[in-house]
Amino acid sequence: MTDRGGGSPPFSAPRLVMRGISKNFGATAALRRVDLEVQGGTVHALLGENGAGKSTLMKILSGALRPDGGQMFLDGVSYAPANPLDGRRRGIAMIYQELNLAPHLSVEENLMLGREKQTLGFLRRGEMRRRVGEALELVHHPEIEANVPVGELSIGARQVVEIARALMERARILVMDEPTSSLSQEDMDRLFQTIRRLAAEGVGLVYISHFLEEVQRVADSVTVLRDGQRIFFGRMEQVTLNDLIRLMVGQEVKQLFPKVDHTLGQPVLSLTSLKGRRMSRPVSFELRRGEILGLAGLVGAGRTETLRALFGLDTVQAGRWEVFGRIAGRGGPARRIRQGLGFLSEDRQVEGLAMDQSLADNLTLSHFRPYSRMGVLNLRRQRRAAEEWTVRMNIKVRSVLHPVASLSGGNQQKIALARLLHQQADILFLDEPTRGIDVVSKSQVYEWIGRLAREGKSVIFASSYFPELLGVCDTIAAFHRGRVVDVRPAADWNNADLMAAATLGQA
Amino acid sequence: MKEGKGRLRALINWLGPFIGLILVIILFSLLPDVRDRFLRVSNLRSVATQSVIVALGALGMTFVIISRGIDLSAASNIALSGVITAFAITAGFSPAAAVLAGILTGGLIGLTNGVLITSLRLVPFIITLGMLGIARGLAKWLAGNQKIDAPLTWVTELMVKSPRPRWLILAPGVWLMILLAVLLGFVLRSTVFGRHVFAIGSNEATARLCGVRTGRTKIFIYTLSGLLCGLAGVMEFSRLTVGDPTVAVGLELDIIAAVVIGGGSLNGGQGSILGTMIGVFIMAFLRNGSTMMGWPNYIQEIIIGLIIIAAVALDRLRYGREA
Repeated sequence: MTDRGGGSPPFSAPRLVMRGISKNFGATAALRRVDLEVQGGTVHALLGENGAGKSTLMKILSGALRPDGGQMFLDGVSYAPANPLDGRRRGIAMIYQELNLAPHLSVEENLMLGREKQTLGFLRRGEMRRRVGEALELVHHPEIEANVPVGELSIGARQVVEIARALMERARILVMDEPTSSLSQEDMDRLFQTIRRLAAEGVGLVYISHFLEEVQRVADSVTVLRDGQRIFFGRMEQVTLNDLIRLMVGQEVKQLFPKVDHTLGQPVLSLTSLKGRRMSRPVSFELRRGEILGLAGLVGAGRTETLRALFGLDTVQAGRWEVFGRIAGRGGPARRIRQGLGFLSEDRQVEGLAMDQSLADNLTLSHFRPYSRMGVLNLRRQRRAAEEWTVRMNIKVRSVLHPVASLSGGNQQKIALARLLHQQADILFLDEPTRGIDVVSKSQVYEWIGRLAREGKSVIFASSYFPELLGVCDTIAAFHRGRVVDVRPAADWNNADLMAAATLGQA
Repeated sequence: MKEGKGRLRALINWLGPFIGLILVIILFSLLPDVRDRFLRVSNLRSVATQSVIVALGALGMTFVIISRGIDLSAASNIALSGVITAFAITAGFSPAAAVLAGILTGGLIGLTNGVLITSLRLVPFIITLGMLGIARGLAKWLAGNQKIDAPLTWVTELMVKSPRPRWLILAPGVWLMILLAVLLGFVLRSTVFGRHVFAIGSNEATARLCGVRTGRTKIFIYTLSGLLCGLAGVMEFSRLTVGDPTVAVGLELDIIAAVVIGGGSLNGGQGSILGTMIGVFIMAFLRNGSTMMGWPNYIQEIIIGLIIIAAVALDRLRYGREA
């Protein structure tokens, strides 16, 4: 393996050159003088942990963000997109995990959307059909026919429709962000064939994925980002999977994870072959009093789905589970809260908080009992309690009657967390509790988790950022595509093992 | 600068709903043709009486709209409940029993709405649109497609302009409206149920996550709305002294307009009883003043249409860009 960071590219005359790209968000540098080169006719993998800067770099490429420094060239011509539409016109196509198709329209209508051929307002159907036919032939997928509504296609086929649409735009560079995370093996193989065919047409592909094996299978060259910097650039044959993992993770960075001493007690939660509606496979594990159990895995690996089934947000289809030694039984969140469970959603905006309602209401919503008699609320007591909690949680606000939307992401997360503490949950399910919050807030969250464990509460901490799990948890269970790969004490894991388990399914 | 802007916004926020009402009253008090009669006690009294039916419907609708729902069946429900009340009196039941029957009919329609919305998981718009037709049809069927003449009882005195014991000053129906507005204002603001209504409307997923029994709460909301429509139906019967199955057609839109003018957001999570009552009075004063001016009906309709748009635009200003 040779690290050629900043050195000359291994190919000549790249289709896309990004040179010295920098981007700051406030005081934090998301990208620091990053270079990226992509050849026409090749697949280039862009790798890095969450937060390494991949998506920021791609947003700059697409025109969604303006860089603070650096230059871009497309086929040797300077390229500075004003917005994503401009980027698309210049030949940059992006395919995201969430697909952007109109489900009620047919494949053909989706492909032609926004560039219908017309004469005096009449659609030129013949010509449209011919161009659609060409594009579909190139991506060839048996399920796809021009007049089928996109909503009736499988996820894999829809992805192919997106690719075909990118082709219609005569894409020069095609960026695929985690294209396989929701695909079956068969669809994945077909996708790789399509990718190969596209490369043969001369398109330059940027392939972002956490699944390293498939990256190795499909990519010709690779760029690895870490903490906003390019730390590796070279041909895929030069590196092994373990090299890639080491490059992504870097040296064991000793971050400040406030350690709070706590002791483990009796089991409080145990599941045996439990399967929820959205879980692909049954799962078994045990949680003890005062234990912090990490669920490590990539998006879609089954962590969130497991927690949602346990909290009554998805129906449990099979298996048995006990809370404090009793069969948990059927029930929605209301029953789970009474059983002492609490759930922090991974998505504050959509589910976690009622954004336009007051901070006090959000904080106390799951537990009005201390302020109510016969259903009548004592609003003053509720407000005072909310004020006490904001002080205790170190949340700076002018008034607890302000809507939650007026707070920063970190403070919003603290409100959501404070709600679980306020409802006196004994078993807390925290799904990505530090997503999108600043470092100071993060370390406060870690400390609270430790303190909760010391008070004898139990925590399940689901995350795709493994260093925090290693820093905080007593035990870590690694998930890979719906399966628990292994459960070990945190001390017996390291970041590379976790990455291998989560990306390859290797125990 | 920012401080001043904040204060201005706070002021608009506070006065927002009142401003419209004050403007309407000032407008008619200045117009030379009506200013002598407009603010007279007898006129105010009749405005209050004219407001009762819309107000009762709008009180329930406020809960519905805050929970991000809609009840299109309100007016049909009023007609049906009025017919039932008349029917019961003609059938020889005591007036009290007839009133109860009217109110419970409304409640039953509301309960059905709530149960269908939660069990079929269809949007309230569809369910209550269906119920709009069903309740109206039932009313016509029961009444044999004509008005039901009922003997005079105390029920028909609930909405008279000059009530029998003179010390009452206002019609019993008006007092009932005021009492219910105060009570429901309290329920919305300061009870667990009220908070749950807001939470469901603001973000149903969050409410569920926090253990709010969203289905049960919604059934309760629509039942409440139905009961109030039932009471409004009784008042409608009292006003007309007959059970008329064709009355109040399109009134649900007035009711919804009152809530929206009063700051209720169709996106849920926003609204108040005070605002709704002001919305009701804005529309009542407009109707009353325009009639006094001899303006034709279509002018009133245009003005009310403009007021609805202006009120919601003002709302946007108050709460930022969403809405």
